[in-house]
Amino acid sequence: MEIPLALRGIIVITRKNMRLYYTKPPVLMFGLLFPLFMFFAFFVGRKLDLVTFFPAFLAMMLFFTASSVGPLITPWEKREKTYERLLSYPVTQDSIILGDVVAGAVFGIGISLLVWIASLFFIPVAITSIGLFALAFILGTLSCAALGALLASPASDSPPNVIIFSNLIRFPLIFISGIFVPLTQMQGPGLALAFCSPLTYLVDLFNAAMSGTSVFSPAVDCCMLAGISVVFILAARLIQTRNLVKGL
Amino acid sequence: MNAIEASHLIKRFGSVTAVNDVSLTVCEGEIFGFLGPNGTGKTTTMRQLTGVLTPDSGAVRINGIDIHRHPLEAKMQMGVIPENSTVYGDLSAEQNLSLSGQMYGMPRADRDKRIDEFFSRMGLSEKRKLPVRGFSKGMKQRVSIACAIIHRPPLLLLDEPTSGLDVQSRRLVIDTIRDMNEQGSTIFLTTHNIEEANTLCQTVCILNKGKIVAQDSPERLKKMFNTTQSVEVSFDRPVTRDLFAAEGILRAESCGDKWKIFTDNPDQVLKYLVGRAERESITITSLTTSGPSLEEAFVRITECA
Repeated sequence: MEIPLALRGIIVITRKNMRLYYTKPPVLMFGLLFPLFMFFAFFVGRKLDLVTFFPAFLAMMLFFTASSVGPLITPWEKREKTYERLLSYPVTQDSIILGDVVAGAVFGIGISLLVWIASLFFIPVAITSIGLFALAFILGTLSCAALGALLASPASDSPPNVIIFSNLIRFPLIFISGIFVPLTQMQGPGLALAFCSPLTYLVDLFNAAMSGTSVFSPAVDCCMLAGISVVFILAARLIQTRNLVKGL
Repeated sequence: MNAIEASHLIKRFGSVTAVNDVSLTVCEGEIFGFLGPNGTGKTTTMRQLTGVLTPDSGAVRINGIDIHRHPLEAKMQMGVIPENSTVYGDLSAEQNLSLSGQMYGMPRADRDKRIDEFFSRMGLSEKRKLPVRGFSKGMKQRVSIACAIIHRPPLLLLDEPTSGLDVQSRRLVIDTIRDMNEQGSTIFLTTHNIEEANTLCQTVCILNKGKIVAQDSPERLKKMFNTTQSVEVSFDRPVTRDLFAAEGILRAESCGDKWKIFTDNPDQVLKYLVGRAERESITITSLTTSGPSLEEAFVRITECA
């Protein structure tokens, strides 16, 4: 009986998150506008091959959208004093974290798909492997949304503090993950750092799916993204359990 | 079967033991009052009963289901109104109720029927589509209670449900508790309001410094301190506390325009008051005696422990 109840809890929490948090200003600002501004800042007006850089841009878009919802939810609920009520419903903390991850993933997939579809009208981007492209979307949104849930874990009932903290983590990642400087051109410590970033494997997987070239094997990229998702979710669970009482 | 069985609950936060070996049993169908001074571990105990917190040791069974082994099944049995917790301000009252119904897996038709019932009963029909953010505290609490009982839970746990409410909202909450109990639900009520516990509860449990110091019916608890009675007196003009420094008077408290005098010998006190008033030409405007109160029992129990 517990598994169907748990699944129902995840679905209801996901729907609640979608209704409540998708239109919150921090989500729109840092999940939607910020990656667009980054695109304009780095790609527009410069003599760059947009087709070559498009997989990296799509990965950046997906990264920011999928990881922008998670950090907001728990601090917001703690501040609004709705978190304890949520915990007292027939859900567990695992259901709450997974509901947050799925809500972030759906937001990431939705917005990034829209961006990709809109881009088809302006940029002749090709897809060499539909399967890999779909896998990149799914694993990418999952890992980025899991990062979002992990970033919500600090014991705080102040959404602005958590958003600032999450941006401190997220922004540097886009500079070390092969978005603006391709992995093949990176060397030394920069390349070592790139290996530590989940975004690197997403950019690489999109490159494999769209241009057929990648630094790592797509299988390695997929395993890394799946593994990172699991690690992020388990870490979020551990930290949120420890910080459960703070801010209730 | 007991509605709640908590055995040997212990919860520590760092070096502080918030709940220290608490065991309690709540029988099916009763209204159980959980009292205690501030910071004594009531909310921590309640959070363990509702599955929000896991105890360091001990177990909680809700209608026979271990809440920490089978949290979802156990939580399906209960409705909870946590202290200070509210409903989603960005959602309308109707959306909040619908969300709550979905959490408990109610089919849409049942949910909609129940929501309609609530709005006609709570007097909020006109506001059902408005965001709860703009509601008064009393209206929010009504929505909050409706969210907790939408699925007709066999067990309802309320943490300070009437705290800070106006008279009308307070009465509505009390009536709802009574109605739920009459329909067969067991009620676990945490409150600061001794009078509320006295009039509502069949059993009262008093917690002090993380430990249960008394558990019995209100009347039996009062009888524990049967020696103490009180005399309530008011005069036609203000008097000072010095007036009550006499043999037989244990304590005197100013209550608005009246004084409440605690004594173990009301006859002696009444004679003293009448005589003193006559000597000082003060008119007694009202004079009543009453037996031991639950409040007195509460104060004595928590002072002793």
